[in-house]
Amino acid sequence: MEPELIVNVLLTIATASTPLLIAAMGELVVERSGVLNLGVEGMMVVGAVCGFGGAALSGNPWLGVLAGVCGGVLASLLFGVLTLSIATNQVATGLSLTLLGLGVSGLLGESFVGQAGTKLSAVDLGPLSDLPIIGRLLFGQDPLFYISLLLVAVVSWVLFRTRAGLILRAVGDSHDSAHALGISVVKIRYAAVAFGGACAGLAGAHLSLVYTTQWVENMTAGRGWIALALVVFASWRPWRVLAGAYLFGGVTIGQLHAQAFGVAVPSQLLSALPYLATIVVLVLISRNRRLTLLNTPACLGQPFVPHR
Amino acid sequence: MAFELVKRPMPSRLFAALSPLIAFTLTLLAGALLFQLQGVDPISGLYTYFIEPLTETWSLHELAIKAAPLILIAVGLALCYLSNNWNIGAEGQFILGGIVGSALPVLFPAFANSATLPTMLALGALGGACFALIPAYLKNRFNTNEILTSLMLVYVAQLLLDWLVRGPWRDPAGFGFPQTRAFGDFALLPAINDAAGRAHWGVAFAVIAALALWWLLRSTRTGFEIRVVGASPRAGAFAGFSEKRLTLFVFAVSGGLAGLAGIIEVSGTIGQLQPAISPGYGFTAIIVAFLGRLNPLGIVAAGTVLALTYLGGEAAQMSLGLSDKAVRVFQGLLLFFVLATDTLIHYQLRRSGDKHGA
Repeated sequence: MEPELIVNVLLTIATASTPLLIAAMGELVVERSGVLNLGVEGMMVVGAVCGFGGAALSGNPWLGVLAGVCGGVLASLLFGVLTLSIATNQVATGLSLTLLGLGVSGLLGESFVGQAGTKLSAVDLGPLSDLPIIGRLLFGQDPLFYISLLLVAVVSWVLFRTRAGLILRAVGDSHDSAHALGISVVKIRYAAVAFGGACAGLAGAHLSLVYTTQWVENMTAGRGWIALALVVFASWRPWRVLAGAYLFGGVTIGQLHAQAFGVAVPSQLLSALPYLATIVVLVLISRNRRLTLLNTPACLGQPFVPHR
Repeated sequence: MAFELVKRPMPSRLFAALSPLIAFTLTLLAGALLFQLQGVDPISGLYTYFIEPLTETWSLHELAIKAAPLILIAVGLALCYLSNNWNIGAEGQFILGGIVGSALPVLFPAFANSATLPTMLALGALGGACFALIPAYLKNRFNTNEILTSLMLVYVAQLLLDWLVRGPWRDPAGFGFPQTRAFGDFALLPAINDAAGRAHWGVAFAVIAALALWWLLRSTRTGFEIRVVGASPRAGAFAGFSEKRLTLFVFAVSGGLAGLAGIIEVSGTIGQLQPAISPGYGFTAIIVAFLGRLNPLGIVAAGTVLALTYLGGEAAQMSLGLSDKAVRVFQGLLLFFVLATDTLIHYQLRRSGDKHGA
């Protein structure tokens, strides 16, 4: 293959992987705090419609990004109020957030369907970006690509190298002990949930401002769920999420190229590959029950009601 | 915070009965607000949505047609959720039931006699059950999260259906439209009372399934096991109940019912396979299951309410020019409110600082 073609493939893989990475990074922090938010898909699709709308109405894609983040945070706080303040079942509430998010985004985005969007333009560092081969890969991608990598580094550092990270993990592993130490479990979890919402919203905005610059109903197409699977796959470790996201981006783009090259397999079956790959990967990673138990935040999914 | 939650010594029976009603009222209020925002008079909006479909015979039939699949799927899901098995892939099981059941009239149109329809229904249920057993088996054997696997299989089922109706199963005489040949009379589920409206025998299946599962949960050992394992897996283990066997059972039942609903929809309402055979019944049924308090009889009522939102959505789109997208918002809000008010069953709200009972 020509180097030019390889560069193009790698660039598309990065673009396909970035939203998965951002959303999964947010969910990782949420789950580390002991909360299982199954509403990633819903928050992401709200982020996508807010991102598209914000950019279309203001003409500035960065305001779109901001709107996407705000949409994600608002959606996540809805989940937070229910699960954290009034202790509802997290699985059911997360599901309802996804259903509500899909509905609300469909309604909000009705006038955007078929409208041309605004693209968040790629970084241009002049001569650096013009370097052969590595120029576009390292210095010429969309800004959210760099933010996603930064996010991995920052989350990893905060979680394992700072006091705040220690507190977050303590809350996720034993909320009763954390409460006894005087840590406000509910406040920490609110912060984590809001961070997860911001990330999911940002990931959604990436979909409607970078990946495809248009609004299509249900455009997340299960990516929020794949992000959830990535967190399990990564056994709640940030750098493994990075690897997982790029693996899935690779599968997604690989099947698209296979379709373009006219491989003698029906396109629908190729399109099913990322979903099937998710199942296979989950099976491989979960089969060691002891290791899974060891890695899972011990209080994941359990409601916490402070008592005096 | 201005209030705190205090656990009740016993779940409140009052709020167990009231919470779906409170949730529905809150949804109506939110709906009124939504109408107001869209510049529609809230009263006439709510009337069109929730009352008008109940005033004519033909629309009551349509209501039954939409409630049937919701009830069939939701009673199965209730078994799953009661036993802590999170099957959220009913949409996929519904589609697969539609596909497998349709194999007979599509591939063997010459096989047309009184055995055709029963065979199709059995195949549909079998297809849905087998599809649901995949996440159940993976959960038992490899400890895989069933929420994620069952959901991923929804996309696989949708793509499979899309491929079949555009590819190998496309009607050769269909001018290239992505649909299978129209089913013959023997492959169509007849209406209960042709003169009155379209409601077909699937409605009867839904009621029978609800009654059967109500009885199963209430009066059989399996039902008891489901409730014990759901309330406390440890207690179930001490009692010698096999959680794995139960997981296979509830997934098979719920997948089978979803598959049955799928083939009923295809043979009773649509009459052929097409790229989309469900307006999200499998997901809406999750809301139905919770609104019905995971009780099969409650689910019959809840399924009717949710069917009403579909019907009201169509009516409001035609007569008021409201977006049909509002339906999904209503449904999502309803589930949110149900879950929120459910808290009152197990907890009391107290003003912070009030030391009574603390």
